Amino acid sequence: MENIETLSDNFSFLESWEDKYQYLLDLGEKLEPLDTCFQTDEFKVTGCQSQVWLVPEIKDGKFYFKATSDAMMVRGIIYVLKAIYNGKSIHEIKNIEVEKIFATLGLEGHLSSSRRNGMLSMVEKIRLYAIKAEAQQQ
Amino acid sequence: MYNIDQIRADFPIFKRIENGKPIVYLDSAASAQKPQCVLDKMTDVYQNSYANVHRSEYLLADEITTLYENARERIQNFISASSSHEIIFTRNATESINLVANTWGLENLQKDDVILVSEAEHHANLTPWQIVAQKTGAKLKVFKISDTGNFLQEEFEKSLKDNVKLVAVTAMSNVLGTIFPIRQIIQKAHQVGAKVLVDACQGVVHQKTDVQDLDCDFLAFSGHKLYGPTGIGVLYIKSEISKDMPPYQTGGDMVDTVTYEKTTYALPPARFEAGTPAIVEAIGLGEAVSYLSKIGMENISSYEKELLTYFNQKANELPHFKIIGTAKNKGGVISFDYKGIHPQDLSFILSHENVAIRVGHHCAEPLVHRMGYSSIARASFGMYTLKEDIDLFFKALLKADRFF
Repeated sequence: MENIETLSDNFSFLESWEDKYQYLLDLGEKLEPLDTCFQTDEFKVTGCQSQVWLVPEIKDGKFYFKATSDAMMVRGIIYVLKAIYNGKSIHEIKNIEVEKIFATLGLEGHLSSSRRNGMLSMVEKIRLYAIKAEAQQQ
Repeated sequence: MYNIDQIRADFPIFKRIENGKPIVYLDSAASAQKPQCVLDKMTDVYQNSYANVHRSEYLLADEITTLYENARERIQNFISASSSHEIIFTRNATESINLVANTWGLENLQKDDVILVSEAEHHANLTPWQIVAQKTGAKLKVFKISDTGNFLQEEFEKSLKDNVKLVAVTAMSNVLGTIFPIRQIIQKAHQVGAKVLVDACQGVVHQKTDVQDLDCDFLAFSGHKLYGPTGIGVLYIKSEISKDMPPYQTGGDMVDTVTYEKTTYALPPARFEAGTPAIVEAIGLGEAVSYLSKIGMENISSYEKELLTYFNQKANELPHFKIIGTAKNKGGVISFDYKGIHPQDLSFILSHENVAIRVGHHCAEPLVHRMGYSSIARASFGMYTLKEDIDLFFKALLKADRFF
């Protein structure tokens, strides 16, 4: 899987919203499917226009999540979020300025506030999980 | 003759051009745009006649009280109520329904009474009744509609037993566009002694509403969907019912006498309008209904039917375009599925073409699930919608073919 710097480079070559959107969809296509056993209320992210399920975990002190959505573009966004968050230490998670990163991808302007809220609901869930995990360690 | 060009010109927002393209606004069912006369009226009131209402004798207070009460009379005439005392100003339809639930509902409903609603209700006409049912021990029952969104007479009558004390039903579904035969429903409900609350949020916008002819007991709608301002709603209550209803909120402007021991309440509508109301918004709404009356609700209704026919023709020509809700009697609210593309993906593409539609569960989650979806895309018309808007909608929709 590409790291966020590579994704950022790739996005920067694309000028029109159509091309950026197509690339986002292509990334979504590559997203690993989420086992249906995780597609339950327990893992559902509320506040999104589409259905989103997100399963976080800590492995060897690093944070990872898997997720999916029924909307194609959201799957693309999840792919980008995985590049941003996966493999980071739980201390790093809460300091990541995800909105800034999306702005540098040139995606910010293409996300309406309600979609941004949907994306931020995922980010919020990741952050809360990291904060809880950190508290448990101490 | 319906002069659509003139009507379109009455709505200043349509002058806006974004990225060289006009705004194609197909989300009037969520909230309608405002005609210039409403904006002018509100500005004029703030600039020339503003004070609080019902409290003082001085010039401005007298003027604005007259304007406020005149707005009530305009709304009375608009829905053909027998008295302006039957018109209560609220914040929105949600508050109107909550008012009935928390006053009439808590006072009159008892254990094992039934509140009957349709499968097509907006959350605003569902959740208040769930709470009243919990508090009183009454039961909430739901009567079925058909898979195509049609009202089913036999399903309704099957559910309509003697223990039904209230029927709360929409005049027009905000998802399927189905126009419910409200008059017939009310007649049948009254035969078993039930009262009827009509959620007219969509209904009042798209057709002529006559509360005396309908003989409804309660009717609720919002101002902002009716080309008026936000923050103002209306509740009609038949006067023989409202006179015995307790207040909803208490405070200023709704009392008769107050001592530290006891308070007696004013007669309706004042009894239900505690505190300073949304004065200028009420006056704005009064202006909106006058504007609508001048054009004629029947004319608006038939123009929107014409748009619907045009839309359906275009939709039929397009493979993989499925309309969700094809009731025989329906208005300009069209939920649809295109190629199974997720509504969020569709609306993303459409919004880049300046085409505004709504996606999601439309605050009617049980209905959306009942139709077999978790999220639905919806296009809806207003009195100002052009056939060109529909053309642009389909043109933008075809952009999705590039991606899916």
